[in-house]
Amino acid sequence: MSRTEAAPGGPRRVLFAYGLLVALGLGAPFLVYPVFAMNVLCLALFASAFNLILGYAGLLSFGHAAFFGGAAYAAGLVTRDLGLSPELGLLAGVAFAALLGAGTGALAIRRTGIAFAMITLGFAQLVHFLAVEMGWTGGEDGFQRIPRGRALGVLDLQHNLAAYYFTYVVFLLGFATLHRAIHSPFGRVLRAIRENEPRALSLGYDVARHKLLAFVLSAALSGLAGALRAIVNQFAALPDLGWHTSGAVILMTLLGGLGTEMGPSVGALLVAALETGLAGFGSWVTVVTGAVFVACVLTFRRGLVGEVRTVVLRSFHGG
Amino acid sequence: MIQALFGQLLLGLINGSFYALLSLGLAVIFGLLDVVNFAHGAQYMLGAFLAWILLARFGVGYWVAIVAVPASVGLAAMGMERLLLRRLQGLDNLYGLLLTFGVALVVEGLFQNAFGISGNSYPVPAELKGGIRLPFMYLPLYRAWVVAVSLFTCVASWLVIERTRLGSYLRAGTENPRLLQAFGVNVPLMFTVTYGFGAALAAFAGVMAAPIYQVTPSMGSTVIVVVFAVVVAGGMGSILGSIVTGLGLGLVEGLTKFLYPPAASAVAFVVMAIVLLVRPAGFFGRTA
Repeated sequence: MSRTEAAPGGPRRVLFAYGLLVALGLGAPFLVYPVFAMNVLCLALFASAFNLILGYAGLLSFGHAAFFGGAAYAAGLVTRDLGLSPELGLLAGVAFAALLGAGTGALAIRRTGIAFAMITLGFAQLVHFLAVEMGWTGGEDGFQRIPRGRALGVLDLQHNLAAYYFTYVVFLLGFATLHRAIHSPFGRVLRAIRENEPRALSLGYDVARHKLLAFVLSAALSGLAGALRAIVNQFAALPDLGWHTSGAVILMTLLGGLGTEMGPSVGALLVAALETGLAGFGSWVTVVTGAVFVACVLTFRRGLVGEVRTVVLRSFHGG
Repeated sequence: MIQALFGQLLLGLINGSFYALLSLGLAVIFGLLDVVNFAHGAQYMLGAFLAWILLARFGVGYWVAIVAVPASVGLAAMGMERLLLRRLQGLDNLYGLLLTFGVALVVEGLFQNAFGISGNSYPVPAELKGGIRLPFMYLPLYRAWVVAVSLFTCVASWLVIERTRLGSYLRAGTENPRLLQAFGVNVPLMFTVTYGFGAALAAFAGVMAAPIYQVTPSMGSTVIVVVFAVVVAGGMGSILGSIVTGLGLGLVEGLTKFLYPPAASAVAFVVMAIVLLVRPAGFFGRTA
């Protein structure tokens, strides 16, 4: 759906950009309410993981809520009902999302485009219905009273600041995994598949396997984000499994910039700010979200980061 | 026992009629415009809601609403096609899905703001009150009417598309719009009219649904996901596939509700998954 070029301005400038972001992440809990910052990080990781499948592999999943929300329940089950530590909760979330992703992906990647979107949506709805019907999930009330616990047995996450830095480290690990995947030969093949699938196939690449691997990786990291959010918010909500969440992650990715590394995080920040800002105004948040969606699709399909990069690239090449 | 079974099957048949009507519209739009109309649920909701507003605020009844509401929703949809969807031509068809998704959110949100989230009930029109006592069950007249009208509309649409000159244009446009345009057919106009027709069909289903289900702003988004499963299982863009699968799935749902109620709302997606395992292109689909 979009193309990816090398970042402009050479490695030094890129290093500077990354450094700035790391500094911003370190200082964030002193600038904004830590719980808000944690939620932004979780959504940013979710959107970045989603971007791997949409932005790089070119497949629109309309069912990523199942991985994000499902992992939240898995993490809750492990930490609250089994009394295990938060990092094991995260692991359980990742494992659940990866397995679910492997099952869904195996069926979905047989088709592309619209059909792919519909199939992933169908599976996510199935997971949603299961969460409503099964007893232990708490049904409409969601999975409540998840303990934050102690990370690695020492760091008490009850303190918001400790919880924030825990979230931040997990986010960085997830983000680095994605960075590694995008800049590896695997990531290049994904882009080749997106641009011209028959050609990639004729060059001898196992297209189905690459797609499935990308899908599972994207699902697993979405699960990481969901499990993390459940632990810091101490709550897994039913709407997180619904298709509006799948829509929201598309919006974050699209708004920030498809197929750009930073875009989804920027989009997540904007969407989270929008939702917090309009929290007291009833359904206006739905209206505004929809309007932003329409505006995004009609006018700036490259997203904020994508548009900025285009402008910067143009100035570099003197055009 | 047998009463309960037939009761659930009738309910399934009614749900199936709505699935069929909605997926028919989706299939026609998808076939020609290559757009998955995510706003279909919102257009269905608009149908039910406008009928309710007409009655509650202006005292205008069912028989006027069932003509006027689909017509006005269809016109509004034509405007939307001209102003918004038209700009996305030539782009990846996923953008069409995202645009209509955004429009659906706006419409649903606006109605939630204006009317709240609680349900409103719409009375059954006086002419269709009462029912027939059959040997094995009681058949409310209005429900029989809904099934009959839906079947008639589906069969009529199918005949128009398969047997008339207009339908042949539509099928030709689905195969190759540029070639059709080269033959002198006004394809952009066809796009607009087809989108309007599909949306009007959704609004028509909405008006008919108003006396059966609660009229709420979210009624569209709950039904539309099931309809998407129908469309995938039936084969994307296949007209006959969507009608048959819609009705069939409604019946299967009713049967599930009789045998094991909690599974009823998930059965559509299970059926979809099984169909995809056996036939990746859907029941009536052709692999592209």
